[in-house]
Amino acid sequence: MAIQDIQDEIIDEFSMFEDWEERYQYMIDLGKTLPLIDAEYKTDDNLINGCQSKVWVHAEMKDNSVIFTADSDAIITKGIIAILIRSFSNQHPKDILDANTDFIDKIGLKEHLSPTRANGLVSMIKQLKMYAIAYQTQLS
Amino acid sequence: MFNVEHIRQDFPILKREVNGKPLVYLDNAATSQTPQQVTDVIVDYYSNYNANIHRGVHTLSQEATDAYEQARIKIQKHFNAKFSHEIIFTAGTTHGINLVANGFTTLLKKGDEIIVSELEHHSNIVPWQMLCERTEATLKVIPMNTEGELIMSEYDKLLSANTKLVLVNHISNALGTINPIEYIIKKAHAVGAAVLIDGAQSCPHIKPDVQALDVDFYVTSAHKMCGPTGEGMLYGKEEWLNKLPPYQGGGEMIDKVTFEKTTYAGLPHKFEAGTPNICGGIAFGAAIDYMNGIGFDTVATYEHQLLDYATEQLSEIEGLIIYGTSKNKTSVISFNLEGIHPYDVGTILDKLGIAVRTGHHCAQPIMDFYNIPGTVRASFAFYNTKEEIDTLVKGVKKAKMMLS
Ligand SMILES: Cc1ncc(COP(=O)(O)O)c(C=O)c1O
Repeated sequence: MAIQDIQDEIIDEFSMFEDWEERYQYMIDLGKTLPLIDAEYKTDDNLINGCQSKVWVHAEMKDNSVIFTADSDAIITKGIIAILIRSFSNQHPKDILDANTDFIDKIGLKEHLSPTRANGLVSMIKQLKMYAIAYQTQLS
Repeated sequence: MFNVEHIRQDFPILKREVNGKPLVYLDNAATSQTPQQVTDVIVDYYSNYNANIHRGVHTLSQEATDAYEQARIKIQKHFNAKFSHEIIFTAGTTHGINLVANGFTTLLKKGDEIIVSELEHHSNIVPWQMLCERTEATLKVIPMNTEGELIMSEYDKLLSANTKLVLVNHISNALGTINPIEYIIKKAHAVGAAVLIDGAQSCPHIKPDVQALDVDFYVTSAHKMCGPTGEGMLYGKEEWLNKLPPYQGGGEMIDKVTFEKTTYAGLPHKFEAGTPNICGGIAFGAAIDYMNGIGFDTVATYEHQLLDYATEQLSEIEGLIIYGTSKNKTSVISFNLEGIHPYDVGTILDKLGIAVRTGHHCAQPIMDFYNIPGTVRASFAFYNTKEEIDTLVKGVKKAKMMLS
């Protein structure tokens, strides 16, 4: 599925919720579906800076698609990274680079987008895109 | 009679909503809220007598200078310093500590030792590590126990003729422990060491008497005691302040400047280079007046009731662990829910309009001691209520339900 379609699907799912509590509960549940990073990659090198909780991300390329796995010690952060990975994983690096992240705003998580927010959603997006840049360079 | 509803009228911010809920502000150890009486003083300064100080012959400059110097005298009286020139206006605790640490560069040598504690804020660790790098002095650390108290028998063992400085906070920001600074000061003086006390967390709760304590340096920030941010004070004994070289050079701090040689102004101006935060100093004085108007004994008694009530209520939540369980503590409760990250709890509480701090509280060594990434910290002020604690307890229960 194309990134845009996945993001529309996520927006759709979140639009069913009436209040923040349901949205957060769903995000927490999504955190449990996160494709978990292999223990061997859970290293300091794979930690993302700028998060109050720890977030590890690993990327590898298979058949011209980038596959992301991740983990966090905080469950809400895990939900956020799960949403990002669902939208970006298994995609061509160029598509990842071209994708925008407006959907975060549309699912009512705008407050997490502030660059000064301690959860580092912005750092996570940056890191996923950095991996895409690296693989894109390999391809060209 | 202390009437909290009456007091709350002084703080307009307490009426606002956050995320559609009435604000419950429990992050007072990070910064306190500002009463209207202090805001009025700030507005009055900028509306009526804003001018540079100590240099103009004109009326406004004279008025501003008088108000600023009166604030210094208020601070002197509040802390019972012997002279008003022992009070140096600073940008806050961090600035005061750096000023002293810098001054000791020429007074220390290799082999000298300085002692900090495991309970310190990074502000009272890093400047001393930097001092050690400059002078090759050695840093020693007073360890803590699981209650979050400093172990005095270990402190005794660290002291020697090589000890030149001892740096401890009066009250820990992460745990609320009140440290036995009278003992610490007495013991340090017995080996000829000077003592700096970080009073950032104590001044909102108690009224330190620097002469009775016989402390060499005492630093604090105005913004934790109803004053503005970026303002604070350093108390130093006259003899020490005379011994230390100036920190920053510039206007205000000089006696005479020529290209051959510049001589410095006397105390306190020697340490106050440049145009200071004039309004901040005046408002700091107003904050001290405000707090004294309520009375520190009244504040302490009331906050203790809040602490006891909150401790009792929170302890009933299964799986809630409180860090810092000294009998001697102020109204701070640092806690975690078993198996749940403090960041998650803080995020849910924010959604409920409850402001707490989460993280390591600029005290990573304490978190390392307990082997945790951080805590949730609720810190109460005299304007908080029992009902707000009930809201907190309900919020924590809800967070627990959502997150486990
Ligand atoms: C114990 C302690 N020391 C130092 C500081 C630093 O104060 P400021 O940031 O006002 O310089 C704080 C503030 O959090 C503190 O709690």
